Amino acid sequence: MLTASETAQLVLGRLSWDAIPLHEPILLGTFIAVALGGVAILALITYFRFWGVLWREWITSIDHKKIGIMYVILGLVMLLRGFSDALMMRAQQAMSFGDSTGFLPAHHYDQVFTAHGVIMIFFVAMPLVTGLMNFAVPLQIGARDVAFPFLNNFSFWMTASGAALVMMSLFVGEFARTGWLAYPPLSGIAYSPDVGVDYYIWSLQIAGVGTLLSGINLIATIVKMRAPGMTLMKMPIFTWTALCTNVLIVAAFPVLTAVLALLSLDRLVGTHFFTNELGGNAMMYVNLIWIWGHPEVYILILPAFGVFSEIVSTFAGKRLFGYASMVYATVVITVLSYLVWLHHFFTMGSGASVNSFFGITTMIISIPTGAKIFNWLFTMYHGRIRFELPMLWTVGFMLTFTVGGMTGVLLAVPPADFVLHNSLFLVAHFHNVIIGGVLFGMLAGITYWFPKAFGFKLDPFWGKCSFWFWLTGFWFAFTPLYVLGLMGVTRRLSHFEDPSLQIWFEIAAFGAALIFIGIGCFIIQLVVSIRDRVRLRDVTGDPWDGRTLEWSTSSPPPAYNFPFTPIVYDNDAWADMKAHRYARPVEGFIPIHMPKNTAAGFIIAVFCATVGFALIWHMWLIGGIAFTGLLISIVAHTFNYDRAYTVPAAEVTRIEHGRTLELANHA
Amino acid sequence: MPDTTVSGAFYSSQEHHPENGTLLGFWLYLMSDCLIFACLFAVYAVLGRNYAGGPTGAELFDLPLVAVNTSLLLLSSITYGFAMLAMQRNGLGETQLWLAITGLLGAGFITLEMHEFLHLIHEGAGPQRSAFLSSFYTLVGTHGLHVSFGIIWLVTLMAQIGRHGLIAENRRRLMCLSMFWHFLDVIWIGVFTVVYLMGTLP
Repeated sequence: MLTASETAQLVLGRLSWDAIPLHEPILLGTFIAVALGGVAILALITYFRFWGVLWREWITSIDHKKIGIMYVILGLVMLLRGFSDALMMRAQQAMSFGDSTGFLPAHHYDQVFTAHGVIMIFFVAMPLVTGLMNFAVPLQIGARDVAFPFLNNFSFWMTASGAALVMMSLFVGEFARTGWLAYPPLSGIAYSPDVGVDYYIWSLQIAGVGTLLSGINLIATIVKMRAPGMTLMKMPIFTWTALCTNVLIVAAFPVLTAVLALLSLDRLVGTHFFTNELGGNAMMYVNLIWIWGHPEVYILILPAFGVFSEIVSTFAGKRLFGYASMVYATVVITVLSYLVWLHHFFTMGSGASVNSFFGITTMIISIPTGAKIFNWLFTMYHGRIRFELPMLWTVGFMLTFTVGGMTGVLLAVPPADFVLHNSLFLVAHFHNVIIGGVLFGMLAGITYWFPKAFGFKLDPFWGKCSFWFWLTGFWFAFTPLYVLGLMGVTRRLSHFEDPSLQIWFEIAAFGAALIFIGIGCFIIQLVVSIRDRVRLRDVTGDPWDGRTLEWSTSSPPPAYNFPFTPIVYDNDAWADMKAHRYARPVEGFIPIHMPKNTAAGFIIAVFCATVGFALIWHMWLIGGIAFTGLLISIVAHTFNYDRAYTVPAAEVTRIEHGRTLELANHA
Repeated sequence: MPDTTVSGAFYSSQEHHPENGTLLGFWLYLMSDCLIFACLFAVYAVLGRNYAGGPTGAELFDLPLVAVNTSLLLLSSITYGFAMLAMQRNGLGETQLWLAITGLLGAGFITLEMHEFLHLIHEGAGPQRSAFLSSFYTLVGTHGLHVSFGIIWLVTLMAQIGRHGLIAENRRRLMCLSMFWHFLDVIWIGVFTVVYLMGTLP
């Protein structure tokens, strides 16, 4: 018979009351706020009897538009978490000089900078990018949905499960204190015996499966499901960048899966892949993780380039300058992104020849990227530019990103990198390209496609406030870090002795406060726009005078996207249709075959999250049960052959007739 | 040129049926899986001679046993091929029979591999002994895990064929499992060569 403590260990593993941070006031306060907020949201859902709708229309939905919207919501919510980490770091570094040690103990500060990096890359940037691709790509290619609609829903819930695990680490146990890539031997069991690294590993593994599957899904969608006539070189640029990004996802994420699996074997089984003793090799981890990590930054930036291309061409009222060169530049970047990973550790000591090779390949990437910048500039040249909100983000991006790109070329020079590596100069550089590139791109994309998703525009005033606070806030926050980095200040420090540095950190903290206002304005913008949705309503489905197929259907589009599949003759298919006085079909509708909603994706993902949580805490019993449940639910799902239904012609006619009436009233 | 069923030129008045993407999607999955194995092979290449004073491959590997194991797996690919030929002829019972034989051969392979692992661990050559053994168990074990999941899939599919017959969905699934099974064979040839044959070289 088992004793009580043995039973408790079998069920709870390492989990005990000590893991709940009751003694940390910041965490406790956050927990109370999150709990109250959560209860309030649940109460509101119950009060408005929203559970049924939530379950039927969202959680189990396989509609790519809804899944895309859920990805974007996930990304924005996690942005708030990642940004509060950033504010805490900026405040700590601005305060912690000389005798003052600031308000964060080193133990907590190290978790904060790790969580900030992990969350911003995996649970903000990735969901935003995947969300926009999910929403826009099928519409842009004239498809009814993605190639594997069930898989799409499953991918989302895997990503959300990963995010949930990271959030759980805030209140149950702790997060990794290793930096966002968890280099061993620090992340090994000898130096990180607690659950932090395990939270890191399993949240990324679970989210990584979702990302990989959604990559496969979108490639198959773009390759197989384009509207008739849309050859590869007639695809919208955003679809091209989505294709390249998803190729990168499929080619890079397996490496992350493998390297994290090896790290977890080191921690769980006691193998010696990355340990200091018995033949392990920690540098192999650094190599492998950056073989994933470098393509990852292009996975994020390429779709942003695609968004900017769509916006520049739309708001300049012109065809994109140099379409073919834009495509080739995207493909060249895709290939080159695989040949540069070693520039993340020039100081490893692999010798002059290896460093030169990777330095040169890195500098070469700036050529196709520069070509893109010129393409956007020449598109604007002689265009009738409308400086609406998406265009502001785009111009802000072009100025900001170019500087970030140039400091990147600087860092690509190995001798310079020996001086600047691990410094705040590097931190400034990658924030310069990720905020100025990816984040501005995603906010531009959200503003651009919001009216398509919801049928009304976002309020421009609060949007402009948000833009200007973000832009100035960015420069105030990161220019001082360039200066500090050049002076040799290293990253990830929670305390400084030299008082002459403090002013720079105070300026940076001021910048972070400006960004805080920028985020606040964005939230106000959402609230105000929802309140004023009647005033901001767009009936036409084409509020920006768009050029690609998503603007040819109604806003929000019907579940089937297009009553009839469009036929494409030229680039910018919708501009071509408008130029030829395209008349919207009003009769003769036919039944449409559509995939059915299913709860399987959600259920399987919940089992995965449970397995992950059990593995983190060594709850072998629960883990075993959840794993069995996982296998059974997957097998059970394959017995479901009834996955599609038909929208009857009468229903299509009713929906399309409604739109006909709306358009007539509007005109 | 777009197809001829055009009315109004800018949309197709017939329902447009895009090509099914399952086989392409499954190929993409296989290639991503192939990259996982590529990483494990690379790790083995880096660590495979880090014996840390422990046993070497030349001392541990029992090549005759591995030869039997390899034959079982290669044979199971041939029998899967026969199952696919039977499917083409619409022979339901024959397909099921060849699938069953394939599954048994796969189970034999797994049994022998488990036997080998347990024997090695018993001799004190477990995955914790050295980086060489860590990478050995992980590479060979990951392949074994794939074969095990393949067997679960195969049994599931046999039940589904039994219930619905050789309908289009099941044919597609058989094609996918076929690719998966042959893929694991290809990986095994790499494992056999790189781990066992090259590992027994001095």
